[in-house]
Amino acid sequence: MATIHLDGKPCAARSGTNLLQACLEAGADLPYFCWHPELGSVGACRQCAVRQFSGPEDKTGRIVMACMTPVTDGALLSINDAEAREFRENVIEWMMVNHPHDCPVCEEGGECHLQDMTAMTGHNKRRYRFTKRTHTSQNLGPFVKHEMNRCIACYRCVRFYHDYAGGEDLAVFASHDNVYFGRATDGTLENAFSGNLAEICPTGVFTDKPFSAAYSRKWDLSGAPSVCVHCATGCNIIVNARQDTVRRVLNRYNGEVNRYALCDLGRFGYGFVNAPTRIRAPLRVISEQQTPIPAQDALTRFARMAADGPVIGIGSSRASLETNFSLRALVGPDRFSTGQTRQEQTCTDCALSLLRAHPGAIPTLHDMESADAVLVLGEDVSATAPRLGLALRQSVRQPSFHAADAAKVPRWMDAAVRTLGAECPSALFIATPAPTELDSIARETVRTAPDNIARLGFAIAHRINPAAPPVPDMPDTDAAQADRIAATLVAAGKPLIVSGMQYGSPALMQAAASIASALATQNPAAGLSLVLPDCNSMGLTILGGLTLEDVLEKAATGEIATLVIAENDLSRRLDPSSLTKLKNDVPNIVLIDHTLTPLSRDAALVLPATPFTECTGTLVSQEGRIQRFFPAITPAAPVQAAWRWVRMLAEQISTNDETLPDRNPATDLRTWTRVDDVTAALSRACPALAEAINAAPNADYRADNQKIRSEPARASGRTVIRSHISVRDQPPPQNPDTPFSNSMEGAYSPDLPAALIPFFQVPSWNSGQSLTRFQQEIGGAMRGGDPGIRLFATPSDSPPEPPRTPDIPAAFTPRDDEMLLLPEGRLFGPEELSALSPSVAARSAADAPTLSLPAGTPYPPRMTLHLSDGPHDLATRPVTNLPDGIALCPPHMVMRAFAFPRTARLSPVTSAAAVTPGYAAPGHATPVTPSPLTPAPVTPIPVTPASGPTASVTPRRDRP
Amino acid sequence: MSGTLRTLFLTFLHAFRRRETVQYPEEKPYLPPRYRGRIILSRDPDGEERCVSCNLCAVACPVDCISLQKAETEGRWYPEYFRINFSRCIFCGFCEEACPTYAIQLTPDFEMSEYSRPNLVYEKEDLLISGTGKYPDYNFYRVAGVPVPGKERGESEHERPPVDLHSLLP
Repeated sequence: MATIHLDGKPCAARSGTNLLQACLEAGADLPYFCWHPELGSVGACRQCAVRQFSGPEDKTGRIVMACMTPVTDGALLSINDAEAREFRENVIEWMMVNHPHDCPVCEEGGECHLQDMTAMTGHNKRRYRFTKRTHTSQNLGPFVKHEMNRCIACYRCVRFYHDYAGGEDLAVFASHDNVYFGRATDGTLENAFSGNLAEICPTGVFTDKPFSAAYSRKWDLSGAPSVCVHCATGCNIIVNARQDTVRRVLNRYNGEVNRYALCDLGRFGYGFVNAPTRIRAPLRVISEQQTPIPAQDALTRFARMAADGPVIGIGSSRASLETNFSLRALVGPDRFSTGQTRQEQTCTDCALSLLRAHPGAIPTLHDMESADAVLVLGEDVSATAPRLGLALRQSVRQPSFHAADAAKVPRWMDAAVRTLGAECPSALFIATPAPTELDSIARETVRTAPDNIARLGFAIAHRINPAAPPVPDMPDTDAAQADRIAATLVAAGKPLIVSGMQYGSPALMQAAASIASALATQNPAAGLSLVLPDCNSMGLTILGGLTLEDVLEKAATGEIATLVIAENDLSRRLDPSSLTKLKNDVPNIVLIDHTLTPLSRDAALVLPATPFTECTGTLVSQEGRIQRFFPAITPAAPVQAAWRWVRMLAEQISTNDETLPDRNPATDLRTWTRVDDVTAALSRACPALAEAINAAPNADYRADNQKIRSEPARASGRTVIRSHISVRDQPPPQNPDTPFSNSMEGAYSPDLPAALIPFFQVPSWNSGQSLTRFQQEIGGAMRGGDPGIRLFATPSDSPPEPPRTPDIPAAFTPRDDEMLLLPEGRLFGPEELSALSPSVAARSAADAPTLSLPAGTPYPPRMTLHLSDGPHDLATRPVTNLPDGIALCPPHMVMRAFAFPRTARLSPVTSAAAVTPGYAAPGHATPVTPSPLTPAPVTPIPVTPASGPTASVTPRRDRP
Repeated sequence: MSGTLRTLFLTFLHAFRRRETVQYPEEKPYLPPRYRGRIILSRDPDGEERCVSCNLCAVACPVDCISLQKAETEGRWYPEYFRINFSRCIFCGFCEEACPTYAIQLTPDFEMSEYSRPNLVYEKEDLLISGTGKYPDYNFYRVAGVPVPGKERGESEHERPPVDLHSLLP
């Protein structure tokens, strides 16, 4: 620690930082634009001028840019110096010369960093009387709005989009005060992190387009700390709502996870909560139509169903721990299914046991950013966990940081470090069947089938630790490659192995874990990260339960009278024939969900639950972080949290029913009145999740004896907002599940627990830049620690299990008659909930599902893909370097239930077999052969053509 | 005695003074144009709504009796609904003070009594007048930088035409 003297006052400052950071950490108000904690300093805006003195006898000093000046012990500087103040005011005045008179019609107004800084410098009168420069703006697609006139040329956008996130389609054009930040031509921003531009831009050049369509000023928005539900990464978000609709999602800083960036899926995927597909009342089938019925009728009907016989519950990996646990408590652990197929469950169980047994580190996303050698083994992380992909993108900068350290250049000196980094090769190895977005920064990419990737992985593990089993029949080129990768990983100070279950192969994850544990024998920093598919896959796996195949077997033997399904669309997991069989075998299907799915059409009873924006719940991310989300909206009856429905269902079941599990008074779900009771019961019942109760302060938390206010103090319209319904004032809705007051009254300060911060704002700092006041140190942990509790943070004390001999798969051999069908790495579209968001749907609509095939062989422009639900006519897309015998197809977009990997037959399009691509409506497809529900990961599905003789095309093999 | 007589005399003199009582409602008092009475929403000289739904009136309102929702057509912001609860309004004029487009104005009209409170909730159709109110000339969109129908980019007051990015000239 160094000491700097700010206007005569000594302040502690971290050495190695710059003066701007030191001033902000000391609580001083120093304006700035171009500096960003994650992007470093470039000195582009000249706004953070301060006067620095060389010693006590120096009375003149000199004006320096605080962001470009390193902290030195005993530095003397003055923010309030008259000349420095005038300098800053003049700089703002120059910036405002061309700034349009737009604030009333600008989406940034009220949370604009430029507004804040202008007020802070005291510039309040326009002297410039001449004409303003203008720019044309561009249409940047469904996510981001562009208004170039407002630009102050701080360069933050390109530094984030191009330098940080690796986007190629946003750049700076023209020169001097004409500089233009945009694309070469109009068009959708391609990078998956484009939405961050709205938060990165200090003014209103880039704004959130879906938010603009349902706009409300920041001071009117109530906030709720929440967790993203669109992948398993567990990014922290703030959900903003007004008038019972969710208006937008913002990034919520978590120093260990998402930090300053959020992917577009998380930022714009929330739209499903406002969509017309939401279920708002209990439904039952009356004359073949789902008809709203009163809640009491629904419960009475359930009581009759429960009297019929055994009740089985199916949980979901996209539902909270509370929902899953309450359902498990209702039906008993023996009758609770995780709602995953056997293959999925094998993979998630495998991932959990590998992470638990890993002797090295289980890194957080922030840890991954500092890994200096990364091997991605068979996972397209930019599609399955985009924020993780962004962290890996930062990891390749490690060599440049080391070079900068050696050259004594501070790491925040962005331009210099990047220039140095241009000469430093990074150590990122990517082994995937298909090209990924990270390929451009990888040192080496391996394009081969998942089985071969697993073999490569085992070979690397054997090179590092000869005790690991060798891989038989490795070709020499592959062996040399394994040697190279192994050597780099061993030499690295902080190696990281990333894998996942995208290709449905436990062998891949086992290979990754064996490399990581081989490395960990020499280097405890060796990390392992496994990507899971859904937001609560990890929590559900820890909870455990039957697989869907088990449920199908029980149903076939008539052991199920009633099936209670919570927030799970089985049509995405079971192919149409087995789903039809399940519906025929089970007399009563009760669905508790927030959104209409194809399954809800067939449910005897549908109960309206709450999505993540309307209830409190707990999720476990793939890195084993237990986190809680809080409601932004208090749901109106009859919509209520899924666990409340389960509790009501429990009341309908007669207690002396001997088919039910023993009722333990401690876990009796009928005593639950609020969500904390559920979480407490979960923590008692499931020792592995005992910490779930501590993931965030509970609903009894009070700051200064008050609840926390979820609205800024100046929220408007309190006495009028519902006066068209009634002029009587209503008290704000009380929610027993949160410590928030749902109004502008209550406590709020930067010292709140980080898991409970509903919005970021401090006096004079109305924009998101106020975050610096909520952190212990800028870019570090939040005050009071980052939210969430890690499950695997420390290696388990129990002696490591003796390594099981992994099943090394045989090498992949392309087949003549069938292609191995693998999921295409596609971010927008395959994910279930975000696909219902209008903005994400618009983004994915531009990119119709295609069939990607190896580029080496000429294929016709359209081909028919024969799947278990019938033929699909798809446009083909050649992909360079795609291995022979492998085809890619976006998951769930061609056939709704789409388990990978599977083999499928291709044939040229015949007019009779032509089927429109897109979602296959259930019932429309007539699979000729009912698909066998074999649990094997690879399910060859023999499909005969639907009609007409089709000459089977043999890809690639007919080449001479 | 003399004091009593004097008092009677002075009282008697008042009988010949000018009457201060106004025979309302037959006779209306003069109210100055800037009197703070019923709130209206005005239109710009082109006849378009002036309100751009910036929400500043709502946030300035000390009794929180203004609520509105932004909507947009072709770059032009306007309120989808604009609601004032006059049973809460204290006619302080802060909303008019805050309005950057002269849209919301207080008028010299106070005759808005109702027998039932819900009738004091005014929606946009009750508030919007067809004229410009006290400020006849101002048109926000002629000054603002955003393009709207009838005004392309770079055609606002004090604006140069858009920069040609392909030009190399300084």
